[in-house]
Amino acid sequence: MITMEHVCKSYRVAKRNAGMKEACKALFRRDVEIIRALSDVSFTIQDGEMVGYIGPNGAGKSSTIKILSGILTPESGNCLVDGRIPWKNRTEHVRQIGVVFGQRSQLWWDVPVIDSFELLKDIYTIPSYEYQNNLEELTELLHLQELLKMPTRQLSLGQRMRCEIAASLLHSPKILFLDEPTIGLDAVSKLAVREFIMQLNQNHKTTVILTTHDMQDIEALTKRIILIGRGRVLMDGTLEDMRTLAAEHGQAIEERHAVADQRLQTTGQFGCMAEGTVYEEAAKQNADSLERIVASLYQKLDIL
Amino acid sequence: MCERIRKSTKLYFHYLSVALRSTMQYKMSFFMMVIGRFLLSFNGILGVYFMLSRFGQVKGYTFGEVLLCFSIIQMDFALAECIGGGFATFASTVRQGEFDRILLRPCSTILQLLGGKFRIDRIGLILQAVVMFAYGVAVSPVEWTFGRSLTVFLMLFGGTMLFTSFFLLRAAFTFFTLEGLELVNILTYGAQEHGKYPIDIYGKKMLSFCTYIIPYTLVQYYPLQYLLGHTDQWYYGIYPLGAAGFLLLCYAAWRFGMRHYQSAGS
Amino acid sequence: MKKYKTYFSFFRIRFNMGLQYRVAAVSGAATQILWGLMECLAFMAFQESDPEVYPMALSATVSYIWLREAFFSAFTTWKADEDIFDSIVNGGIAYELCRPVSVYHMWFAKTVAARVAGAGLRCVPLLTVAFLLPQPLRLMLPKSPAHFALFVITLFLGLGVTVAFCMFTYVLAFFTISPQGLRMLFTSMIDFLSGAIIPLPFMSNAVRKVVELLPFAGMFNVPLLIYSGELAGTEMFRSIGMQCFWLITLVVSGRVLCKAAERKIVVQGG
Repeated sequence: MITMEHVCKSYRVAKRNAGMKEACKALFRRDVEIIRALSDVSFTIQDGEMVGYIGPNGAGKSSTIKILSGILTPESGNCLVDGRIPWKNRTEHVRQIGVVFGQRSQLWWDVPVIDSFELLKDIYTIPSYEYQNNLEELTELLHLQELLKMPTRQLSLGQRMRCEIAASLLHSPKILFLDEPTIGLDAVSKLAVREFIMQLNQNHKTTVILTTHDMQDIEALTKRIILIGRGRVLMDGTLEDMRTLAAEHGQAIEERHAVADQRLQTTGQFGCMAEGTVYEEAAKQNADSLERIVASLYQKLDIL
Repeated sequence: MCERIRKSTKLYFHYLSVALRSTMQYKMSFFMMVIGRFLLSFNGILGVYFMLSRFGQVKGYTFGEVLLCFSIIQMDFALAECIGGGFATFASTVRQGEFDRILLRPCSTILQLLGGKFRIDRIGLILQAVVMFAYGVAVSPVEWTFGRSLTVFLMLFGGTMLFTSFFLLRAAFTFFTLEGLELVNILTYGAQEHGKYPIDIYGKKMLSFCTYIIPYTLVQYYPLQYLLGHTDQWYYGIYPLGAAGFLLLCYAAWRFGMRHYQSAGS
Repeated sequence: MKKYKTYFSFFRIRFNMGLQYRVAAVSGAATQILWGLMECLAFMAFQESDPEVYPMALSATVSYIWLREAFFSAFTTWKADEDIFDSIVNGGIAYELCRPVSVYHMWFAKTVAARVAGAGLRCVPLLTVAFLLPQPLRLMLPKSPAHFALFVITLFLGLGVTVAFCMFTYVLAFFTISPQGLRMLFTSMIDFLSGAIIPLPFMSNAVRKVVELLPFAGMFNVPLLIYSGELAGTEMFRSIGMQCFWLITLVVSGRVLCKAAERKIVVQGG
């Protein structure tokens, strides 16, 4: 179980302005700005839950993940993950969790994927039988057979992401943090990744916390959504709840719908029809409208 | 405890083998880097050669003696850069966010850094130091006894430790600021560059500065006096072991910095 | 005219970038001051060891060292423009070729800008400190106003030679497999031959005669020796002549090579 209670975190950032004059000034005096990344964030996540953690860029998503994974210490507030305070005993804590950053690689760039896995086996001191079992299972589910012998740098983004996910699960963590796991992936890889996460959650009861900007991810995977903006939890509920919240600002959405629809009619329609199947078209429109809801929510709540 | 050390050692060597295999993916570039380093450090030797062939000696040190000093320092530095490469390149590790990944793994951060950034291409510099040392032995009038050979070994051990401490200190600073690290370079690259001459040629003040403020003379000037037979005080030969104390201090700074990093974020 | 405006804006961007890193600039200057101090002390030790064979005035050596530190970023081949190298290695060069300016001119402007910005920031604090140090560590005043004028002129000529040579290494990077290794090789040679390690008068006479004919002597050695009056009379004018000769030769051959490289890219498609 994960609990966060009244967690606050702020950063000091040096201000830097453009222009020659400002740059000269900065030589002598520098303004420091305090940015509140998290202010009073609280939530509880039960074992085996799958939670979507969303919010605009800079809302505090990665700060939360960093605190939960023990990299960062909050200023105030409590945080317990399976009874552990993450930053108090880092080594013990990180052994039990898996983290995937969509934007960064944890595999060694120039050696075959399997060599990276072997090294991770030693890093996490995974017992041989457990490692073998997990490797076999992951290889099958994520179709890694062909990829294991290739150096990471030769993999495509989708292939690499599958390997990254496998790498994070070799030590059978109870909790998995996924930070934008589908970013930049093509449709096939996206579906494969989603399918896998679904199965993982069902078969192993792994708790999954997912941050993403892709609303299709959210729709496909999570029942529960935590919406965060300007360091605060703005909503904690289902997709329906979010739709309701958005409907409260119906007026604004109507207007935007109208504008967006018009744009779609004039530009998008032909492209979409030509592109693919009816199913994809429907999914896309659905996601489009979801994205619109989220976008208008962000704007309406003034958290951008 | 024993089990932990065994496991850590195994993991360290596992890291090394990955680093080695990664480097070997780019054989040509590796080869060029090794040759490049080898040639690059020739500059310093040429400088020393021209200066001493003109002057014959500097403050009583002959060419051969300076070469012995220079080669040992060069070797210290090369070994420290090779083994402690993870500390030396720490700023870029933090900048690229790689350090977060390191913190996400359940083993020592230092082990991961040192293992992951073992820089084999420094072999060029090491080789060069060996050649220079051999030449220094040939042209200097030092009579080799067991004690003096041991002193060379201790100088290498202590010197590598000291340079590694400098890199560690620099890495510890990285936790607070990513700018201004250049100042710490005077300790590392400065000590390497200017340590080619025995410290006393820079004058009394510099000698005491490098003894009391940074313990540099422990691995250079004092053991060198014994090595070259300029003194009978045998205990000068074991001064390099004092570098261990400095390493501990730098390690404390690192621990402090790491706590700051976790509380301040990046 | 418009063309020059383009080059100027590259220049301005570089200069601003340099100014942004305040702490880096201050600590860099401090490092260089300490570095220079050590060098001065070493040369003083040599001078004390045998004043008879010391080839120049001690004050001239000290000034040489301080000026070298002050203008180090202008002349060092260590810090050639990384962006340019990267763009060649990873193919970003394609963008550069799309812009309506000559690649050679643009890179030349970029490199000069980076160097002037770097040295401009560094030289002020360094020279100030060097002028305030106690004797014998103090930077001397120029030998005469005429020497000073010639020092400034040769400084820029030297910068031209340096940049023209850097252009050469950029362009050569197109034709080799391991540009990094190539750079190291060049750098190690130039550092020594340009008088960055020891002033050329400290070399043995035979070696010195040869080295003075090379383009590298014009980088550190010529302007810094003119400042203190160690280089004067016909010797001086011959050195300036050499600088001009190498500047022209390097620019012309660099441009020819650059054209060949551009053709190679067009043919191979990057």
